[in-house]
Amino acid sequence: MSAFQIQDQFAGALLDAERVVPRAVSSHTTRTPQKRFAVYRNNVIVGLSEALRTQFPATERIVGTEFFAALARVYVSSEPPRSPVMMNYGERFPAFIERFEPAAEIPYLADVARLEIARTQAYHAADATPLDAAAWQRIDADALGKLCVVLHPSLRIVRSAFPVVTIWSMNSGGMEPASIEDCGPEDAVIVRPRGDVEVRQLPQGSAAFLDALAAGMPLGEAAAAAADGDAAFELSINLAGLIGAELAIELVAPSSTKDIAS
Amino acid sequence: MTIVSSLPARAGVGFKPQHFTEILAGDAPIGFVEIHAENYMGDGGPAHAQLASLSERFALSVHGVGLSIGGAGPLDGAHLKRLKTLCDRHQPQSFSEHLAWSSHGEFFYNDLLPLPYTEESLTRVCEHIDTVQNTLGREMLLENPSTYVTFVDSTIPETEFLDAVTQRTGCGLLLDVNNVFVSATNHGTDPAAYLTAFPLARVKEIHLSGHDAQSDDAGAPLLIDAHGTPVADPVWALYEAVIRRTGPIATLIEWDNDVPVWPVLANEARAAACILERAATQEAA
Repeated sequence: MSAFQIQDQFAGALLDAERVVPRAVSSHTTRTPQKRFAVYRNNVIVGLSEALRTQFPATERIVGTEFFAALARVYVSSEPPRSPVMMNYGERFPAFIERFEPAAEIPYLADVARLEIARTQAYHAADATPLDAAAWQRIDADALGKLCVVLHPSLRIVRSAFPVVTIWSMNSGGMEPASIEDCGPEDAVIVRPRGDVEVRQLPQGSAAFLDALAAGMPLGEAAAAAADGDAAFELSINLAGLIGAELAIELVAPSSTKDIAS
Repeated sequence: MTIVSSLPARAGVGFKPQHFTEILAGDAPIGFVEIHAENYMGDGGPAHAQLASLSERFALSVHGVGLSIGGAGPLDGAHLKRLKTLCDRHQPQSFSEHLAWSSHGEFFYNDLLPLPYTEESLTRVCEHIDTVQNTLGREMLLENPSTYVTFVDSTIPETEFLDAVTQRTGCGLLLDVNNVFVSATNHGTDPAAYLTAFPLARVKEIHLSGHDAQSDDAGAPLLIDAHGTPVADPVWALYEAVIRRTGPIATLIEWDNDVPVWPVLANEARAAACILERAATQEAA
């Protein structure tokens, strides 16, 4: 048997406990070392499940350790990682949660998982120094609308039909768990302007505004588009948010790389 | 130009972010820290910032756990490129990987899986190591595995296999003494005989860690390379015997699961440092 065939049998039996121990495998005590092969099976399942636990602590807290372990086990077996970079494993986990029948009673769970992925991505994103308030103030108010805002490379947006920021905060130590009165939608911005990853609830229309900025639309046009989409959008609040939360790293003229302020 | 592996012949620890402040503030007798390469493959953030601070103070060892050098298929070029980016960025004193596979087909299994030792696998492992060393522009160290099963097709003893690899590719070796003890126990062989046959002259780093004990289908002892407990006494004894023969070699305490508070890990490093100092004194005498 070729090394490739041996490895193929070995790999196939790792994630399928029903499969017999590969014939190529042996031991000095028994020709069919079930318990020995089970060590590898266990390492793979436990190792990958543990990687998910580390990345989705609030998701785990919501469903409890037992439920999460079962959820992780099914996910690991059906969608093993495709890259050795484990910080990216779990990017398909929210979509999987949405299809996972036993989790159907917790419709917001997938969005909490999306927020947690955004936090991991923000944590590992490239470094960049945010634009400080003084740099914003140097720009003439009339000129500002024509400029494009380069957002921080760590910035991520999660839009949710559920109060995802409140739920996440209550399950990650940021807020005391309590019953949620207002079950309306919440959008989140996740960013790491300096050392720590920050999670904030966005005002209405803000997610569309930030998406437009990220797409390279000048500030004035992005604000107009956001206001068209949501009458509750207010530019002043959003500008204060951009500055206060340190979401931007540069202001540049449209389709130009020339810095106006940085 | 090839960068030769050059860790100081002192004790080191596997770095865990929760120990960051204490490592830098403390006076533990460590000369280097080791990180798992795959945890540092993001573009930026606190992980890289910590590494930059650590490498100002200590030598750095980058230890890959996902390159699948023992894999029957081709190396993952994208992953090799990520390793090169990481090594270029932090300029570690050493890069090491395992005699094992972890990827097959499109999937990554996140474990160090065993391979049969044959002429075919020897040729392939050597090709993979040549590619790694050429791409990184560095000598790499190859680590002996802990294994739970054997292969019917294996024809080459592990020590001969490693000796052939180091001779053909010029790579160095990372001797994991816990893996030696775990594998020898699991396969009913003598760990001291394994170490006698091991090409110790090529060893540039040593790993020490704890293991768990279970039993196999026949009730025979089955040790698990768990990295979640202190180094076991028989492993210390084997280590000391190795160091007596080789003189001081960079020695890492690996503790990856149930990670203890810093003083506990520092004590393990201190125990290794004592053995290294004793050997250095004897060498000088």
